[in-house]
Amino acid sequence: MSMRRTLRDMMAVSAIVCAAIVSAALPERAAAEETQYFPIASSRVGPYSAMGTGYYGAQIDYLNYVNMNGGVNGVMLTWQECETEYNAVKTVECYQRLFEYNGQKMVVFDTLGTPGAYAVINRMAEDEVVLAQYGYGRTDAADGSVWPWVFNAAGHYWDQIAVKMRFMAEQEGGVENMRGKKIVHMHIDSAFGREPLPAMRAIAEEWGVEIVEIAVPPPGLEQQSQWLQVRRERPDWVTFWGAGSGMNSTGMTNAARIGFPRERLIYVTFGAAEEDMYPAGDSATGTYAMANALPGKQFPLVQAIEEQVYGAGEGNLADESRIGSVYWNRGLGAAVMWIEALKNAQEMHDKVGQAVTGAEFRAGYEALNMTPERLEELGIGGMVAPFDLSCAKHNGARAFAMMQWDGEKFVQVTDWLPPLDPDAIRTLIEDSAAKFAAENGITPRDCS
Amino acid sequence: MTEILFFFEVVLAGMLAGTMYSLVALGFVLIYKASATFNFAQGAMVFFAVLSFVGFMELGLPFALAFVVTVFLMIAVGYATERLVLEPLMSQSEDTMLMATIGLAFVLQGLAQAVWGVEVRRLDLGIGDFPIPWVAENLGLFVSALDVAAGVVAAVLIVILALLFRFTKMGLGLRAVADDPGAAASIGIPLKTIMLMVWSAAGIVALVAGMLWGARAGVQFALVDLALKALPVLIIGGFSSIPGAIVGGLIIGVVEKTLEVYVGPFFGGGIEGWAPYVLAIFFLLWRPEGLFGEKIIRRV
Repeated sequence: MSMRRTLRDMMAVSAIVCAAIVSAALPERAAAEETQYFPIASSRVGPYSAMGTGYYGAQIDYLNYVNMNGGVNGVMLTWQECETEYNAVKTVECYQRLFEYNGQKMVVFDTLGTPGAYAVINRMAEDEVVLAQYGYGRTDAADGSVWPWVFNAAGHYWDQIAVKMRFMAEQEGGVENMRGKKIVHMHIDSAFGREPLPAMRAIAEEWGVEIVEIAVPPPGLEQQSQWLQVRRERPDWVTFWGAGSGMNSTGMTNAARIGFPRERLIYVTFGAAEEDMYPAGDSATGTYAMANALPGKQFPLVQAIEEQVYGAGEGNLADESRIGSVYWNRGLGAAVMWIEALKNAQEMHDKVGQAVTGAEFRAGYEALNMTPERLEELGIGGMVAPFDLSCAKHNGARAFAMMQWDGEKFVQVTDWLPPLDPDAIRTLIEDSAAKFAAENGITPRDCS
Repeated sequence: MTEILFFFEVVLAGMLAGTMYSLVALGFVLIYKASATFNFAQGAMVFFAVLSFVGFMELGLPFALAFVVTVFLMIAVGYATERLVLEPLMSQSEDTMLMATIGLAFVLQGLAQAVWGVEVRRLDLGIGDFPIPWVAENLGLFVSALDVAAGVVAAVLIVILALLFRFTKMGLGLRAVADDPGAAASIGIPLKTIMLMVWSAAGIVALVAGMLWGARAGVQFALVDLALKALPVLIIGGFSSIPGAIVGGLIIGVVEKTLEVYVGPFFGGGIEGWAPYVLAIFFLLWRPEGLFGEKIIRRV
């Protein structure tokens, strides 16, 4: 008797539990139809952690902010994070792990690093995922006819080196004064370090400038022999293409050791963050650095996120003083482009209030038109350079701003500068992309 | 600047860089002497120690107190390692011990980042990383005060450790344990105490090395890679020799700098990352025990 009662009780409890599970799952399922999933392939530990925590922290903060304000036309955003440690192999692993979440496929992937981008770039078309290289990655992917799924919305390294050389020329009093000058390109010994060389060599040849290439083996904590070579070469300028705050800060301390003026030293965007400058102390003062997203809290969107997301205790940064820092603002810029692309995709495909597919998202991303007015509306006017994309033109903002470290913070010293000869860089890109297409049997799509 | 003077500066830079490598290598030697184990976690210990030191200073502790607290922390790490890792594996093979230290490296890396965060910190030791003005003006050589300080610290550490191992009971006990742990235990040498002291000493050496490297390059995760720089130093100097760590460091420093400056440009540069390993391979072929290591004789 008691056994039967026990069985009956167990069945009753089971029924109640099942009912609870089903009722809980139903709204979840309904909500799942109105969500859009974004993968976060972050790098929060390891030598590039400062970069990853800031950049991906901002992306999560922005997704949270959008959700707190009703989502994208009612579509709530979901995300899942995977740690890559800025390692190409782990990036591929994360790509596979993040590919699908709650039955929804990812529509965009952001590796925040050239090695990771190269590791996954050939899968994009087949998987129908946008590779949003926000200021890094394969440069000739700026040719959308060959690389429909890859974008360089925040500029690329060839434009960046061209802007650097423009800045040097302006400091020297014009391009005509660059003849006979010597530039050392000191770079990490990797694909990322060598990425700008084709454009740099082409401009140097045209201007009559001598380029000396000096490689630094990773992780770059030891650079004495490289800077001794700089001392012997006596260059007029040094372009520093480092990765990780260890290498970047060591570059400045070594420059100080040989008495090389920091006012002649220009850092790449991936060495242009506060975290790269602080460890070098006084040695960093005067160093120039390029920006594709300016730091600061003066931008209304930054203030709104701080107030709303961090005010609610939902912020992603452990150290809130990093809100508005270079990497955080850069991550914010990248995430804003995702959401703008999602809005475009919904409108273009009559799916307002619905999730979109990879192909639809790609079309939405390609339709980005970030005019100064639109950037102001979004609350990031002046933080990033205005740009638009098209079928063939996947390089967004072709302009960079120069900053200088004053010992405590970055000071913007130029407006957004494009290369002196953007067409020449574009020709280099199209030639390189065409060569890749020919070698790999790719028929470029018709963008006319 | 004459070419001879430049060459001299390259050699000098190599020697000073070499002493920095030696500081890291010393920690390896201490543990190898006691247990014939290559402590793969030494780089992580450097990172853990200096990150904790800076973390304590951020909590408001003054420099000296933060140093003392970190020393005690490293002793605690040594104790925990002895109790949780070494003791259970005492009779296992050297390969097992190596794998255990690899695991320990990941634990220490993760623990340090979890507790203190991942932000890069600046460490100011009050020693400028700028050329010494008198040397620059009178000799035309750019020698950093921090590098010279590192050389002095390395020399002092070597003298202290050499005296410790040669003239104290602990040193005698350690040599006995290294030769034959079973025999040492049978005559009453406290194995656990010896191991605890050695790991603690390695932890303190890691702290000193981390402070000097952290002052140069910032306190950050990349410091764990210093272990890879110490490996060729140990192969050349000998895994069990304290003077060998210094001589090996000097050789590696000078060779990598001169090769990078004079040969590197023909190979596209960046050869100092792998050139020391090539040299180490030659040493392994010629003198596997290293310049100062004990000759390994095995019965077959």
